[in-house]
Amino acid sequence: MGTSKDSRTGLLVALVVLAAGLAVAFLVGRFPVSLGDVFAVLWSKVSGSPSGVSIAVETVILNVRGPRVLAAFFVGAALSVAGAAFQGLFRNPLVSPDILGASSGAALGAVLGIYFSLGVFAIQGFAFLGGLAAVAAVYGIGSALRMRDPILVLVLAGVVIGALLGSGVGLIKYLADPYNQLPAITFWLLGSLAATSTSDLVSLVSLIATGTFVLLLLRHRMNVMSLPEEEARALGVSTGPMRIAIVAAATLVTSASVAAAGIIGWAGLVVPHIARSLTGPDFAKLLPVAALLGGSFLLFIDTIARTAASIEIPLGILTAFIGTPFFIWLLAGMQKNWS
Amino acid sequence: MTIAAQKLSIGYRDRLVGTGLDIALREGESLALLGPNGGGKTTLLKTLLGLLPPREGQVTLNGRPLSAISIRERARLIGYVPQVHTGTFAFTVETVVLMGRTAYGSLFSRPAAKDISVASEMLERLGILHLAQRAYTEISGGERQLVLLARALAQEPRFVVLDEPTASLDFGNQGKVLSEIGALTEAGLGVLFTTHDPNHALRAAHRVCLLRAGAIVAEGETKRVLTRNNLEALYGAPVLPVEDAVRTAFLPG
Repeated sequence: MGTSKDSRTGLLVALVVLAAGLAVAFLVGRFPVSLGDVFAVLWSKVSGSPSGVSIAVETVILNVRGPRVLAAFFVGAALSVAGAAFQGLFRNPLVSPDILGASSGAALGAVLGIYFSLGVFAIQGFAFLGGLAAVAAVYGIGSALRMRDPILVLVLAGVVIGALLGSGVGLIKYLADPYNQLPAITFWLLGSLAATSTSDLVSLVSLIATGTFVLLLLRHRMNVMSLPEEEARALGVSTGPMRIAIVAAATLVTSASVAAAGIIGWAGLVVPHIARSLTGPDFAKLLPVAALLGGSFLLFIDTIARTAASIEIPLGILTAFIGTPFFIWLLAGMQKNWS
Repeated sequence: MTIAAQKLSIGYRDRLVGTGLDIALREGESLALLGPNGGGKTTLLKTLLGLLPPREGQVTLNGRPLSAISIRERARLIGYVPQVHTGTFAFTVETVVLMGRTAYGSLFSRPAAKDISVASEMLERLGILHLAQRAYTEISGGERQLVLLARALAQEPRFVVLDEPTASLDFGNQGKVLSEIGALTEAGLGVLFTTHDPNHALRAAHRVCLLRAGAIVAEGETKRVLTRNNLEALYGAPVLPVEDAVRTAFLPG
């Protein structure tokens, strides 16, 4: 028995897509760069020998496109891993990483940071605190109102808290200085990687890697957690602590990505679907493929965002334009699986 | 080993469902729980599984309070077969059965070779090994019931608790599940199941327990307790016995 062949196929597809995404992200742009240049520069970084490529090309690869490529990959991977985790945990393939208010909480935190003119690290810290506080509030409501269906209560509390946090963001936009802060807040909220610097990457990558690692460690438990609560407990899983661990890890990666790139919807909803259609729902196979595909997805999106028009198109707008019809198509095609 | 409870009160935080319940289940014995809807069958089942804390009294496993046994150890002693559901995600049958091995692995571990061989063995035992790579969401209700039973058996438990195992099955699959219950008790397991059909209790249970409005109205050896009078009192409806020289069955109305 065993379906190792299928899981290898999924992983292979994901790796091919990732290679394509990386190539496109490095090569496409106003400044011409060839694949050979990219390899030469990367090899010189590893070996320490001179790359033989012009300084301008080297700068574009290492300082302009490089950080963006890394950030896009990690943000996309984070959103789809978190999406897959939340979908499993809430036994609903239609939920997304912001279901517990994580995204809107992180957004409010970051917007507050911008409003108080704080530094980059403080803004990131505020985003985390906002995301975690929102999830804690949703959890608090969920435990206070103990009902038969705790999952439903949690999801509904997430919707309510998300709306409240949205109003909070609206209030700060209303109060913000209309010439400096309001544009900054608005552009950031729409989602962009244009401002990603090498220093942002350290916290982004380490936080997302940590959260994703925890979720990967728990992959077999996550299968059981996607069963009804009582079955999971009868199978020997302490569902309370396990749910907190999964939610905390998924919230961590979500808020890290929101702090770095603003709110990028749909990726966390659509990509896990595609990954699941390649690997099946077993989290041990699903999570790695979801991470790779999510990263590749955002590499493509971000390349379109910075090259399709004379100005940058916000990521959140692009993912919505691509995600909405795609999702409707998924719904129509997968009816029999989810009904 | 024995699962037992004396003077047990069951219910939820805001609602008491039953009181004064005495019940015991021994290894190698099957016990059927019968009673009208809302009588407390499911609540009692969940309490005996340790999924719902008792309101009063204690459920014990060989004299040890169930609440003092870790959730992992409990899962290795008592297997649970829920009512058949369709499932949200299209896990393969093999993956579903492997979930029964959760309590044997550590927090982060993947299923070991032993887990995979136990899962295959249980699928084979129930005659559904050929379904191993099929999606759980795409097999028939009867097959799903057997898969859930295989998952409970993969827990290698001493007791199996089944919630209405025959409820949504066709006649042929009902017979199959009932004879599996017989095979389990012969293999030395203790089996507790709920049913709406007294004939299923007659077919597969050594003892029955009649539960009405949160109280046990009769309990004991199946043939002695399942009488026309007891059933009419239990359901508040007329019951027609059909008898031959050896057996009795009941028709409603």
